Amino acid sequence: MLSAASGMVLAVDAAPNPWLDPSYVTQNWHTIVGLLGEHVRLTVAAVVLGAVVALPLALLARRSRYLAGPVLGVSTLIYTIPSLAMFAFLAPVTRLSATTVLVGLVLYSLVILVRNFLAGLQAVPADVREAARGMGYGPVRLLWQVDLPLALPSVMAGLRVATVSTVALVTVGVIVGHGGLGQLITGGFNANFYRAEIVTGALGCVLLALLADLLLAGVERLLTPWTRRAAA
Amino acid sequence: MSAWQDAVVYLNDPYNWTRTDGILDLLVQHMTISAVAVAAAMVIAIPVGVVLGHTGRGGGFTVALSNVSRAVPTLALLTVFAVTPIGFGPRATTIALALFAVPPILTNTYVGFREVDRDVVEASRAMGLSGRQVVLQAELPLAAPLLMTGVRTAAVQVVATATLAALVAGGGLGRIINLGFGQQDYGVVLAGALLVAVLAVLTELVLAALSWTLTPGEKRLPFLRARAARPDSGAAVPL
Repeated sequence: MLSAASGMVLAVDAAPNPWLDPSYVTQNWHTIVGLLGEHVRLTVAAVVLGAVVALPLALLARRSRYLAGPVLGVSTLIYTIPSLAMFAFLAPVTRLSATTVLVGLVLYSLVILVRNFLAGLQAVPADVREAARGMGYGPVRLLWQVDLPLALPSVMAGLRVATVSTVALVTVGVIVGHGGLGQLITGGFNANFYRAEIVTGALGCVLLALLADLLLAGVERLLTPWTRRAAA
Repeated sequence: MSAWQDAVVYLNDPYNWTRTDGILDLLVQHMTISAVAVAAAMVIAIPVGVVLGHTGRGGGFTVALSNVSRAVPTLALLTVFAVTPIGFGPRATTIALALFAVPPILTNTYVGFREVDRDVVEASRAMGLSGRQVVLQAELPLAAPLLMTGVRTAAVQVVATATLAALVAGGGLGRIINLGFGQQDYGVVLAGALLVAVLAVLTELVLAALSWTLTPGEKRLPFLRARAARPDSGAAVPL
């Protein structure tokens, strides 16, 4: 088709390149679902691991101001490091694996969560803790039945922000070949700017983030029935 | 640990800094793109934030904007602009980065103006200040710390995000990391990561110092405060 007479017309210019193409989605369904699965797994693992590490750190930091300073200082530092650099720092150790992406994501979610957990715990009124202790609550019951429920709004806010930003951050994992739906974004870019693939990846990420946020907002509503009663 | 040694060797070679498309060239490119993007975002976001904050309208709009912007991967926006007729290169990168810098500046400006004590506004009105004078002489100085926080957040975010431009054939220091991965040379990868991280941290520190000196009245350290992120605020997000 491309004869010498057609001169400068390249195949990429001549071929239609729509922004949205449902047939792309149906024809590549298995690839998309596979990448979506990786995206979800990385996000869930990062937020859960981040929360598991963040809670003890926040509890420690609440105990003394000397610990709170370094914890918040280090978290500000981690927060400032660009994600591409973070994955690059980890890559010599963990190589081109999903572990590289996961460790980086855990660090970021940890930073968001530790701040919110700490802010939530610090906002628990001292009187309430005092009263609970006077009623014979041990440290575990105090944490479980007094601290955590009162810190819950801040905790859930942190989980929502951490989840949404993690979903967006997973895409940067393309640098080590494990970017979930981000693979579609750079894949389409490298495949002659194939717009349908790029838009599928981008829209998928946004929808996944909004869905996760909605889900967590629902969980928050279920966990804090008292806020609704107060409003009614 | 040989990767770290390789990184030191790479960074110690003057040729790597001064050659065409070397570290210095990429650094200048990185900072030019970032500066233009932040300046453009300030031109757009500050006036809108001032008007919305002064009149008290559009709160829901700013909240929704910062929420949605957090869900959009930077990589996606960078790529989408690169495949429009704008084409990939510094221009597409700058536009995408400017768009990402708008929400933090807008939200913080809006909140800064909203949080000005209503009594102060009433008092300045009673003293005969016009609407414009109220904005410039009463509200703006009081909103300045938060406004600066917004600009600092946006600038750090933009400097960090400019790294990702390398993934879509843009310029900037991310090129070194991308190149290192392409060559499976972890020394180069680490060298690039160090440069990018240092630049981001320096940006944060310089702007924090700047807003410290520019802030009138009582001063607080911008760090070491357990400021919780909220789904409905323009809180910074790592990129």
